[in-house]
Amino acid sequence: MARATFVYCLLIGLGFLFAMPLVWLASTSLKSNEQVGTWPPVWIPYPFIWENYGVAWTSGHFGLYFFNTATITVLATIGQLLTASMAAYGFARLRFPGREFLFAVLLATLMLPFVVTMIPTFILFKNLGWLNSFKPLIVPSYFGGGAFFIFLLRQFFKTLPTEMFEQATIDGASNYRIYLQILLPLSKPALSTVAIFGFMQHWNDFLGPLIYLNSPEKFTLALGLRQFIQRTEVRYQEMMAMALMMTLPVLLVFFFFQQYFIRGVVMSGIKG
Amino acid sequence: MRQETVSITDRAATDSPRSKPRSVWTSPIRRREALDGFVFILPWFLGLLIFILGPFAAGFYYSLTEYDSLLPPQFLGLQNYHRILFVDDRFWLAVFNTVWYVSAAVVPQVILGLLLAILLNQKARGITVFRTVFFMPSIVPIVASVSLFIFILHDRFGLLNETLFQVFGIVGPNWLTSPDWSKPSLVLWSLWGIGGGMIIYLAGLQGIPETLYEAAAIDGAGALRCFWKITIPLISPTILFVLIMGIIGSFQIFTPVFLLGSSNYGMAAAGPMDSLLFWVVYIYNQGFFYFRMGYASSMAWLLFILLVILTLVQFRLAGRWVYYEDEAAIQ
Repeated sequence: MARATFVYCLLIGLGFLFAMPLVWLASTSLKSNEQVGTWPPVWIPYPFIWENYGVAWTSGHFGLYFFNTATITVLATIGQLLTASMAAYGFARLRFPGREFLFAVLLATLMLPFVVTMIPTFILFKNLGWLNSFKPLIVPSYFGGGAFFIFLLRQFFKTLPTEMFEQATIDGASNYRIYLQILLPLSKPALSTVAIFGFMQHWNDFLGPLIYLNSPEKFTLALGLRQFIQRTEVRYQEMMAMALMMTLPVLLVFFFFQQYFIRGVVMSGIKG
Repeated sequence: MRQETVSITDRAATDSPRSKPRSVWTSPIRRREALDGFVFILPWFLGLLIFILGPFAAGFYYSLTEYDSLLPPQFLGLQNYHRILFVDDRFWLAVFNTVWYVSAAVVPQVILGLLLAILLNQKARGITVFRTVFFMPSIVPIVASVSLFIFILHDRFGLLNETLFQVFGIVGPNWLTSPDWSKPSLVLWSLWGIGGGMIIYLAGLQGIPETLYEAAAIDGAGALRCFWKITIPLISPTILFVLIMGIIGSFQIFTPVFLLGSSNYGMAAAGPMDSLLFWVVYIYNQGFFYFRMGYASSMAWLLFILLVILTLVQFRLAGRWVYYEDEAAIQ
């Protein structure tokens, strides 16, 4: 079939263009200095120079930055899961005066550009004496965890059968018990989506750490990698090793939790 | 899927019974429920006040002042706005650069993203592998992908210029060091991440019932006709969404521009000859490099106002070309 052949040719051609940069990243990260800028390009370096990773680890302080980034990411994501699911439960299942209005406010904040609040929020944390600490990057996640996540969880909670909640209420379970023992266990798929997106958000964040962290021992991977970019004498193989190590956790999460990933991206489309 | 796109907000308003204040407070069970409801949304509500509404209002106040974040703000009235709009040439350069990028990047994101999604919606063996290949670049951390592009786009030994020269005999431009090519480099980088929008389109495409195409085929409609008469109308809400989000996001683009712009030119620089001085980059430079918090806040508010206007205009225009299934069903 001519059509199928055409589709495959397009797919393979474009696929090569899209895959090539990542392959180049991985290949360069294993090259010796002599193999970096040569023609014809070396795709499979020989021998593999694992040392580049060692250099990124020591002179790039990868271990320290990894630890810092992981601390922020884990603590902030926990806060998002907890408080976003709480708010979503309130909006989805509990009736209280003003609920529709507050939910409309929540949807409106989805559209608010971050630059409008960036400077006043910085001044707020400055006045609290929280500059150059992880607190500005973690604490806000414990206050609702982001309108989008609340929205996403609320949509999911609304799809759960009402009877189950009614029965639990009749049996005398409090709303707190229902939240902990029925709602959360039933919502693992949606919570996984939020966890993955929260992880991505904090792991990749650049502007937050750039504004709030000054001393190098507090830097995250994003800031650490930037130091490589800014060096006057750039050694690309080491920069690529660092970039790959920063990307690897994201790719691993993607491959293991692909279905939650796609669900989240699709949900972000639905909110229009 | 498509049904969902249009009905979510309606459903929120209709299928949850409106709480009538009187009955809430008389019945003990309803009172309990209402109190619990407040408790559950409390963290979010506090966050709304402390991290959104408070800063939102404070930002407007700062925009009317001179404020270096150390001494108390000095009230200036509209002087900052006046200076930005009528005196500061660099602001207008930043607006020009940003609009340049938005126009050059969003259109391909919307059109190529859709074409790519249609291609990946074909029933072909191994199609999921290809979907993964196209989607993966969009999740690579921005700092990592920008580092990679800085290397690939290197003037002399970058892979792109080497290939252009060795294979095609073309001497490639100085992508990152020439003022004419720094913005196209950024567009190139953004095209690599087109897979994010593609996945949203793909979900929309998969929501179109197969029977529509079958019926059209029986009636003798060709592929092109199906595309214009079925695919485009039914996917139009998704196109609108990708368009609006693309415009809002691109106007606020910061990280890649800042990284490319400051790689060789010091902290506050914005690429060769200010060619990467973008709106948010300029706000950052004014606020966090020169500590002109008031001036920076004014520019942030101008961007906010522009984005609100743009979004409203788009929704207005959308009535003319976006097709909502629900409306058709009602008529």
